[in-house]
Amino acid sequence: MKELRYLDDVSTLVLDPDKCVGCGLCTEVCPQAVFEMHRNKAHIVDFNACMECGACVNNCPSEAISVGPGVG
Amino acid sequence: MKQSQGCGCNETASQNRHKLSTSGVGILGSMDDLPSCAPEPDRPGAAYEKPGYRLCSYVDRFIPTDAGPVPLITPRLTKDDLVSTFLVRCGIGRHSYTVSPGLYAIGNPDKNSEVLVTANFKLTFDHLRKELAGIHAWVLVLDTRGVNVWCAAGKGTFSTRELVKRIKMTSLEKVVDHKRVILPQLGATGVSARDVKKQSGFRVIYGPVRAKDIPAFLNHDKTADKTMRQVTFSLYERFILTPVEIRMALKPALMFALAVFILSGFGPGFFSFAGVWDRGWPAFFALVIGILSGALATPVLLPHIPFRQFAVKGILSGAVFALIFLLLSAPAGHGISGLTALFLFSVTVSSYLAMNFTGATPFTSPSGVEKEMKRFIPVQLAGLALSSGLWIYSAF
Repeated sequence: MKELRYLDDVSTLVLDPDKCVGCGLCTEVCPQAVFEMHRNKAHIVDFNACMECGACVNNCPSEAISVGPGVG
Repeated sequence: MKQSQGCGCNETASQNRHKLSTSGVGILGSMDDLPSCAPEPDRPGAAYEKPGYRLCSYVDRFIPTDAGPVPLITPRLTKDDLVSTFLVRCGIGRHSYTVSPGLYAIGNPDKNSEVLVTANFKLTFDHLRKELAGIHAWVLVLDTRGVNVWCAAGKGTFSTRELVKRIKMTSLEKVVDHKRVILPQLGATGVSARDVKKQSGFRVIYGPVRAKDIPAFLNHDKTADKTMRQVTFSLYERFILTPVEIRMALKPALMFALAVFILSGFGPGFFSFAGVWDRGWPAFFALVIGILSGALATPVLLPHIPFRQFAVKGILSGAVFALIFLLLSAPAGHGISGLTALFLFSVTVSSYLAMNFTGATPFTSPSGVEKEMKRFIPVQLAGLALSSGLWIYSAF
């Protein structure tokens, strides 16, 4: 989704790298490729692509991710 | 639509099928004895007929499993399926376009075949099965109240709870020897893989976003590449949503049209029906231009219209179309204030409907939409008030 972008700096997505256990499930469920794995930790690589769908939050096994409204 | 309502596939599935084949079909059998009758055409579904039930057109037959008979569905879409797909895409009957939740089979599945989970919106169900030609699998349909996977996941009906419940209700552990289910990736919004495992023993594997990638996904050892994991919003994907956008705009548009005609009656003699007629039509067409710009042109041209806020895209698109309309139709006798009123009206309607389209896109965040609405609803209200005022003023 490079051609279509919505507003920047509005997402409520927060990732706590200390809590991340490196399972990589967030990279699998995110439909916008917001996350990437580097050295066994998830990193937010495209924060402004986040549409707050909540898929990562639901599936994170260590509650390392949070997002505000959560209903897409 | 017809075949989906109360057709009772599941109820039929849970019955003893030998009993079914002898009830209702006997009469037909005796008719065969009459030599003058044309030969009974081959109807594979006849064996499953039962009074008060209708076999769904997408069910070929029933196959036995350790959890009872399971309907075997066909990947072929019939003419009826395509007609009802068209109607639903136009927004007709889309709120009751469902299939019965439960377990289905496609191809020739056995105890090692994968279980594909989906929603009970028939558009979703058809979309899935047409991609499964040549694949042997079980299809577990969740009760999402006739809503597609992603929206249902957001609304909480495509959920951990419903998945666990449906796995138990269908005795899935008796049907397959393994302990895994494949979910559409977009279902992840409503499902916690970990909780499903904890509550049902089944491991959730997230498949691709799109059903058409399922064969490739299964062939590559159930791994999805990056493109399979990302949503798209192509020209076709945007266009196909516009009939429903227009239809949803129709009801409020009718109220607006009424208001526009009444407003057009006000003039020097306080109120005149000649005014309603003469001035009502240009205002009505300005409304139509606004709707077409906001609910059709803006969605279709979305990435090509500058700015990210949909309300602004709607303003730009509305301005262009309103100018073209006013130049081509050249409604005389309204003066500069009247023309400005018509222009503003089209632009405002377009901006509002364009903003409304954020709800149908796969890339807008609720936080962003909230920010945009807070900013632009007042602007749109002001535009509406200003154009109404100018329109009345221009009559004098």
